[in-house]
Amino acid sequence: MGKTIIEKVWERHKVYEEEGKPDLLYIDLHLIHEVTSPQAFEGLRLNNRKLRRPDLTYATMDHNIPTKDRETITDKIAKKQIDVLVENCNNFGVELAGLNSPNNGIVHIIGPELGLTQPGKTIVCGDSHTSTHGAFGALAFGIGTSEVEHVMATQTLWQDRPKTMEVVIDGRLENGVSAKDIILALIAKYGVNFGTGHVVEYRGEAIRGLTMEERMTICNMSIEGGARAGLISPDQVTFDYLRGREHVPDGDAYDVIVEEWKQLASDPDAKFDSTLVLDASEVKPMVTWGTNPGQGVTIDGAVPSPEDGTTDTERRAIEQSLEYMGLEPGTKMEDIKIQHVFLGSCTNARISDLREAARYIKGKKVDKSVRALVVPGSVKVKRQAEEEGLATIFIEAGFEWRDAGCSMCLGMNPDQVPAGERCASTSNRNFEGRQGKNARTHLMSPIMAAAAAVHGHFVDVRKLDAIPASS
Amino acid sequence: MEKFTTHVGTVAALPYVNIDTDQIIPKQFLKRVERTGFGQFLFYNWRLLENDQPDPEFPLNYERAKDATILVADENFGCGSSREHAAWALQDYGFKVVIAPSFGDIFYNNSFKNGLLPVRMPLEVVRNWEERFEEGTLQLRVNLEEQVIEDDQGGIHTFDIDEYWKNMLIHGLDEIGLTLQYSDHIAKYEQATQ
Ligand code: SF4
Repeated sequence: MGKTIIEKVWERHKVYEEEGKPDLLYIDLHLIHEVTSPQAFEGLRLNNRKLRRPDLTYATMDHNIPTKDRETITDKIAKKQIDVLVENCNNFGVELAGLNSPNNGIVHIIGPELGLTQPGKTIVCGDSHTSTHGAFGALAFGIGTSEVEHVMATQTLWQDRPKTMEVVIDGRLENGVSAKDIILALIAKYGVNFGTGHVVEYRGEAIRGLTMEERMTICNMSIEGGARAGLISPDQVTFDYLRGREHVPDGDAYDVIVEEWKQLASDPDAKFDSTLVLDASEVKPMVTWGTNPGQGVTIDGAVPSPEDGTTDTERRAIEQSLEYMGLEPGTKMEDIKIQHVFLGSCTNARISDLREAARYIKGKKVDKSVRALVVPGSVKVKRQAEEEGLATIFIEAGFEWRDAGCSMCLGMNPDQVPAGERCASTSNRNFEGRQGKNARTHLMSPIMAAAAAVHGHFVDVRKLDAIPASS
Repeated sequence: MEKFTTHVGTVAALPYVNIDTDQIIPKQFLKRVERTGFGQFLFYNWRLLENDQPDPEFPLNYERAKDATILVADENFGCGSSREHAAWALQDYGFKVVIAPSFGDIFYNNSFKNGLLPVRMPLEVVRNWEERFEEGTLQLRVNLEEQVIEDDQGGIHTFDIDEYWKNMLIHGLDEIGLTLQYSDHIAKYEQATQ
């Protein structure tokens, strides 16, 4: 019987196995950042342990850094965390994309950008959105700080073999509908824990038709469906994206490695433990109304009522969310007004996301009731957007053009949404308090957020003839 | 890590579904570089009012929850962010056991690594304990070796747990120390593949 890519990558990384124990799995790439690493480094120091493979470890700072005057961090505790990371990287010999580095950016954006992320690798990071790297056919998952320390000391992790799930997405996307809508629709349909205990492979015609950046948006939010990891078998799109990147072999070595990568895709007769399906042609622009990413509806829909829940749990969840979000059941999504727009995060702050938003923004103005922010995902994305003239488009429309970082995705830095106000956000979590205490987050695609910025409320971008068909 | 065999304690119950780690410990408290001192920030936005006084309506602030060491929560507890600070905060606040019908995967793992026991119990049992807590004090006896929880009305409930983790907790083992005993296997793997 054939194997899934999940099984293939797993088999290749098994260091040790024994009945009744999880497998000891080798880790090819360990990405670290300032927030979840200090206690792990401290653990190494206290126990007199070495960092086993500094050469397989790569650090960035992204979570708590300011996106304005990034060199002057006024928050003392945040500053300390940054300083501690610099010191730790120096002491343990880890390459760091610091604030002045052209390689700096959100950890899940720079891994692929630098070509550190490659098919078939096992990749971990003390961050749940590590699944982003799965877009390349890597087995990539988030870990806690104790596991960060474990990987530092041993370059391995004890892992129970996950169950496998395929999510088959066929059909073609309508104009104005994006990868973000696919993943939001999937989570809305199957719930925030459809993937618990599983590694998910996204497959099907619609997935094959996506660019690498779009695939990353989908894999990024696997954790929002509860999955341990999400990945996509690599193909020519993957290989083309990686060619010429800093950490990818070039010349003949590139051809050799591509041949290896080609072996990774799931075999046609591979069996998964379970299967979900989604028809891409039926996906419409999505907007979340509640406080978890599964509480989303199509833009032509309305805020649900607790009675719409099919289980007691769901009814409870709807009730909780409506109260926090300050919404009445039955309110049309298009009637909901917003005060903030955040274009950013590891889900949607790559160059194609900014292009997509700018394509709509060009020549228009941000509504006067709205404060809008663009936070590029990395220094490279920022520069490229400036070179392409996207920055000018945003600035002329009234957006604030910021430096790279996680920013308002989690509001650990000064970029926050005030209590009771609403934000149209391209990030991945609409949890209570995520963007600021009592802030109300609505998740959507970049073009939907751009349109909301201009109109001051959510709008169905499919109705706006100003959108040229995408190439 | 401290050993865990049997624990007897009182319950605090949070009858909300999908409690994510952003709620357990909000982001503004993730800037510390230590592992300790997070208990004071546990459920910060829910537990405390604007003036930093305890919100009397929040279950952890009920009189009978004062000395609780067992948290009973609802479905998908600890979903979302990987922040281990969530496990540190629960533990630092005084919890030894967290019981829920289901957990976020990363939180579930993080708990074990810190000696905080996560137990999966069927939804009906959890909902029943949530109701009991609403009405009055509830005490549980959690026996890890036997994988059994007894409630104070004589109810006996068994639970499943991974042998590997059970062993770690019962003996209070240091996982990294154990793995380092496999250094030869790791070195061999590295030679063969790199
Ligand atoms: S952008 Fe948001 S989700 Fe992504 S790594 Fe940063 S904080 Fe986490």
